[in-house]
Formats: sequence, C-alpha cells, structure tokens
Amino acid sequence: MFSLEGITTNVQDWLLMKFNPTMALTIECVIVILLSISLFALLGLVLVLMERKVAAHIQIRLGPNRVGPGGMFQTVADTLKLIMKEGLVPDKADKFLFNLAPFVVMMVGMLLLAPIAFAKNFQIWDINIGVLYISSVSSLSVIGILMAGWASNNKYSLLGAMRSGAQIVSYELSAGFAVLTIVVLTGSLQLSEIVNAQQNGWWIFKGHIPAVIAFVLYIIAVTAETNRAPFDLAEAESELTAGFHTEYSGMRFALFFLAEYINIFIVCAIGATLFFGGWMPLHIGNWEAFNHIMDYIPSSVWFMGKTFFLIFLIMWFRWTFPRLRVDQLLNLEWKYLLPISLFNLLLVAVIAILGWHF
Amino acid sequence: MYNQTEIIKDTSELGADGELVINMGPQHPATHGVLHLVVTLNGETIKKIEPHLGYIHRSIEKMCESLTYRQFIYVTSRMDYLSSHINNLGCALLIEKGMQIEVPDRAKYIRVILSELTRIASHELWLGAMAMDLGAFTPFFYAFREREMITDIMEDTCGARLTMNYIVPGGLMYDLHPDFQKKVKAFITQFKSKVTEYEDLVTNNIIFQSRTKGVGILSAEDAISYGCTGPVARASGVSCDIRKIYPYEVYDKVEFDEVLETAGDSFARYMVRVKEMNQSIRIIEQLIDNIPEGDFVGKTKNVLKLPKGEFYTRVETARGEFGVYIVSEGGTTPHRIKFRSPGFSNLSVLNHIAVGGMIGDLMASMGTLDLVIPDIDR
Repeated sequence: MFSLEGITTNVQDWLLMKFNPTMALTIECVIVILLSISLFALLGLVLVLMERKVAAHIQIRLGPNRVGPGGMFQTVADTLKLIMKEGLVPDKADKFLFNLAPFVVMMVGMLLLAPIAFAKNFQIWDINIGVLYISSVSSLSVIGILMAGWASNNKYSLLGAMRSGAQIVSYELSAGFAVLTIVVLTGSLQLSEIVNAQQNGWWIFKGHIPAVIAFVLYIIAVTAETNRAPFDLAEAESELTAGFHTEYSGMRFALFFLAEYINIFIVCAIGATLFFGGWMPLHIGNWEAFNHIMDYIPSSVWFMGKTFFLIFLIMWFRWTFPRLRVDQLLNLEWKYLLPISLFNLLLVAVIAILGWHF
Repeated sequence: MYNQTEIIKDTSELGADGELVINMGPQHPATHGVLHLVVTLNGETIKKIEPHLGYIHRSIEKMCESLTYRQFIYVTSRMDYLSSHINNLGCALLIEKGMQIEVPDRAKYIRVILSELTRIASHELWLGAMAMDLGAFTPFFYAFREREMITDIMEDTCGARLTMNYIVPGGLMYDLHPDFQKKVKAFITQFKSKVTEYEDLVTNNIIFQSRTKGVGILSAEDAISYGCTGPVARASGVSCDIRKIYPYEVYDKVEFDEVLETAGDSFARYMVRVKEMNQSIRIIEQLIDNIPEGDFVGKTKNVLKLPKGEFYTRVETARGEFGVYIVSEGGTTPHRIKFRSPGFSNLSVLNHIAVGGMIGDLMASMGTLDLVIPDIDR
C-alpha cells in the first residue's frame, strides 16, 4: 500500500487512454505541481513540529502540547497566525526585490523536489544528470538570500546576506566533492541508477572508509549550506538579530522559514539516496531470510525513514553546538574540508578504477 | 550625552573609509537588557564600540535619599537583580557598622548561605545566557534546571524568587523555612551530579573553546586601571575577592579558595565563574549543618539614625565589588548615597577588549563580562 510503485504508471495509462498525449502531459504537469505544493506545505508543517519536539526533548522540556493531540496542530495554528499577520515592507526598501526574494528561495526548494526518488518508480523527473541538476539548482538559493539582505535596506540584513553568500558558495565545493565520490563509484549521474547500484549494499558500507568520510563531509557541508547551526551565521540571532530576514514578517517570513525546512529535507533526501541507498531496503550478504523480510517493508518507508534519520541528525547538531565565528567557518572549509574532500575523491577514484569496492 | 537626533544622524550614514556604523540595542538579543552599543564596523571587524546608557535609569540613588534606613535597602534589590540578596547585605552591613548593631550568629550564617546560593543562581543564569550568545541554546535550559531549585529555596525562605528583600538591619526579616536545610542539601547533590553535563556540553566543546580562547584579552594592568572587579579581574590574575581581603560576616571562618586565572581571555572568565560555583558549594556545605540556634534578628531601635559622618562598606556580589557610600547628617534618611556597582566598571572595559575582533568576538567578550544593565544604569 505504501510502496506507491504502480501508481504512476496506472495514472499515466489511464490518462493516455482518455486524452491525447499532449493533454495527458498537461494534466500530469498540473498534478505534479499540486502535489509538490502540498508536499512543500506538509513537509514544512511536519518538520517544524519535529524540530520543536526534538529541541524540547534535548532541552528537557515538553515542547508544544496544547493544540491538538500532543501539540500536533501547533504549526498549523502558527501558519494561520502568520498568514493573517500584516506583511510589512520597510520604507526605502527595494519593494520589488523585497517581495521577490522569498519566492526565489521557495522556488529553489520546489525545483529540487523534482529528481528525488521518493519510492520505487515514484519520481517526478528521472533526469539523466540528476546530481548535476541538484547541485546547480541548490546554488541558486543564495541569490534569494542576497536579494533579501540587499533589498531590506537594513544593516543587519546586509551583514547576514554577505555572510550567507560567502558561506554557501564555499561549502558547495565540499558538498559537491562528497557527491562526486558516489558518482565516481556508480559511474552515473542519474539518481535512479545510483539507487539501483546499491541493491546489494548501500554505498556507505560498500565504499569502504572513503565513503564514510564523504558522508561526514556531506553532512557538514549541507548543514552549512542550509544555514543551520552551528553554521547559522546568516541569521545569527545573538549577533545580527535575524540576519537576512530581519525585516520580513507575516507570510513572507514564513516562506523563508518553510524553505529552510524544505532545503533540509532535500539535502537529507539526497544524502539518503547517495549514501544509504534511497528506497532500497537493507540487505546483508547471503542472509536470504533477513533480506526477504526487509523487502516486505515498503520502499517509501525506507526512504522516509532514512531521510528523517538524517534530518534528526542535523537537528541534533543544532541543539548541541555553539555557533562558529565567520573566519573559523571559512577556515574550516578552505583549510580542512576542501583538501580532505579532494584527497578523498582521489582515493575513491583509485578504488573505483581498481574495483576494490564490493 | 547624545540627544536622540544626534544618535540618528550619527549612525544613519556610512562613516569614513567605508565604515559601517550599526546600533546594537537598546533592543537586541545579545545585550540582555537595554544596553545600547554604537558599533563601528569595517566589514566584520570592530573599529569602535560606544556604550550608551540611560534607558533604564530610575535614579535609585536619589530615591534612596528620601527613604529611611530600613526602607532603602529594598530598592537596592532592583539594581543588580541577580545578586539582590548580596546588595541588601551590603546596605545592611553599612547600617550595622555605623550604628554598632550586634547581629546574632544565626543571622550571619544564614546571610552567607543565601549569599552563596544567590551567587550560584547568578552564575547559572550567566552560563545559560552566555552560551546562548554564542549560539548554543541547550545549556540555557540545563542551567535553569539547577537555578530553578535555588529560586524555589528562595521562595520558601524569603517569599520572593528574584528580589529577596530578606535582610533587615540587625538580622533577618523572619526565621528560616523548616525545609531549608533539606532542600539546600538536595540542591547540592543535584548540582554536583549535573555539573559534569556543563563540562561535556560547554567547557569541552571544541567550538566553544575556539570561540572564547584568546578572545577579548584583558591584561592585569588594564583590569586594575579600568577598575574591574570580580570574576572579570580574577580571570586576569588580579586578586580582588572582598570575601578574602576584607572578610565580612562569617567568611573568615570558612575555607574556600579565591579562583584565579591568568589568561585574561573570555575562556578564563568563563572558567573563573564555573569554578566559583564549586567554591560556593564548598562554603554552603561547611555552613549548612552548623547554623547556630538563637535569634534571627538583633535588638535595634525603632527609628534608625546613622551618626553624622561618612560610611563605606563593600561586599562581593556575583559580578564583583559592590560598594555603598553614605554621607549622613544624623537624620533618619541618608543625606547622600552612592553605590559603586561592579557592572559599570566592567562595561567600560568592553571597547578596550573587543576592538579589533569580529562581531562574533564581541558576543563572547560581552557575554563573559556578565553585564546586568539595571546595575550599570541604576
């Protein structure tokens, strides 16, 4: 029921039966757009609640527990409040860019949902350069942040945006190299092929130590790329009040907020796809019975489980570590992570050429 | 002092050489109150810091001049609200010294125990707030868990959680709560078992250490010349603990160490406060089982009148040396009163230690100075 496997083909067959191909494609596009918008909203609500609950349990609190059972509807109430709030535009702000910025950030998040394989045969767009597409589109979000910081006409926003620009551009390199290690091992940029290559074992187990190093580098780099603590310098609360979105209020602020969580989801989904086999169940060597039982768990559950585990990891970072200083942040990337990831890529290339991986 | 239009004019335009002038405060998450810093930046590097005061000035000194010697003590709770008990103690000591009032031993012991509890509570709050300045949210809740036990003890004993107002000239307002000793011992056990959590979460954290080590260095000479006291001066190696140098109450009967560090950076200031909490626990442990029986308040006249002259006492609050200076004309109210608050001198050093650092360093320096704005502004 949760495997979602046949749904896409069934829908397409039915549409082709009823309409001509162009019409069918248009209807499919509309369905996909509606689905991704609702997924965007739903994920935002779920992840915000999850963040608050995780934070509460780490901080020996209870977290939201009044609205709905166990506080389930707290984020719904918060969203309602944000929708009804006045969206102030500061005087002397560049109004066009100011209004545009949250949508740019949101659009990037939505575009990135396209190549992700949510379950077996359940993918919006199985593009053959999936990994390249992801890394190029995700670097667009910095434009939205810079736009917000510049258009706000606020010094805190400007400082936050500048920090964010330096940070995201730097850490993309490490994230890119970590992703490349898996591309080198698989020999393909297509996400579905990367998943299929992990049928007999996930890359984090098959790729020896370099894959583990690549995973660690990836998690650090994407934490920085999504502006999460300990790399949340762009919105460093105690330093820059709220950084690039200081002047935003109401729904415009909520879009930034949602986009942050969608970005976390996406980077974790990609991390799960690359290193933990996406929707592939856990298979151990020759344990036939064990493998068979694992196959019974639907692929969407595997995918979501892995993704949410990585999301939990990133939330755990946030509520444990203090924030880095801006020069330490850049030192970490350029002096440590980048050389390590370059060397790691070299190592993986050697392993892949000599066929040392399983 | 600037007037409002001058401030706006000063800061709304770019300074010379591409400098960016930015207003931190009076409403800013890191200034913990209504401190207003006019910070001149070059990129992320700090060129100049100018603190502006006056947003929470309540003219407490003037107010005290129209209150009697019994009444004015309670106004001082509102100065350094995190060491309110110790502020009250300083004022009471001055009156007792001026009028030669005998304080019973029981009151002395209880005053010291409560002073040390206040000190721990203040340091706990500082620990959480400072970690928050550096971007770590969780230590705040861990620190408040222990602080909550102290405020509960205070509520039982004094009826208030923050502004205790428990001290009267000659002793205490009323006797201890029967559960006092039991609860304090429970707190000590809890604190000792949980202090390792701070070590794991904050002290040994590599990011925390890299954010604070070598940041905001204050030399011993500068600490003396700026008039720094308390943990700020002790972190630079200046021995200035009033409890050791001029022992009051029963501090000469208990064993404790004056915590000294030599580095003078933010991490040293952090370590001094954490170790001071352990020393305070040591003091409480020595006293809690030995509270003598007897009266909790000495015999005093109904109307207190200080003899004509000038009086000064000092006590060690959680932030440093708190001095009370009274000029008396022999009446029922002080003729002139002046408080020497530790926060004011400690704030004045901020420009000296933070210039040349980054914005992130300013948070580490300011956080470890442990500023309480109502104490600075009065």
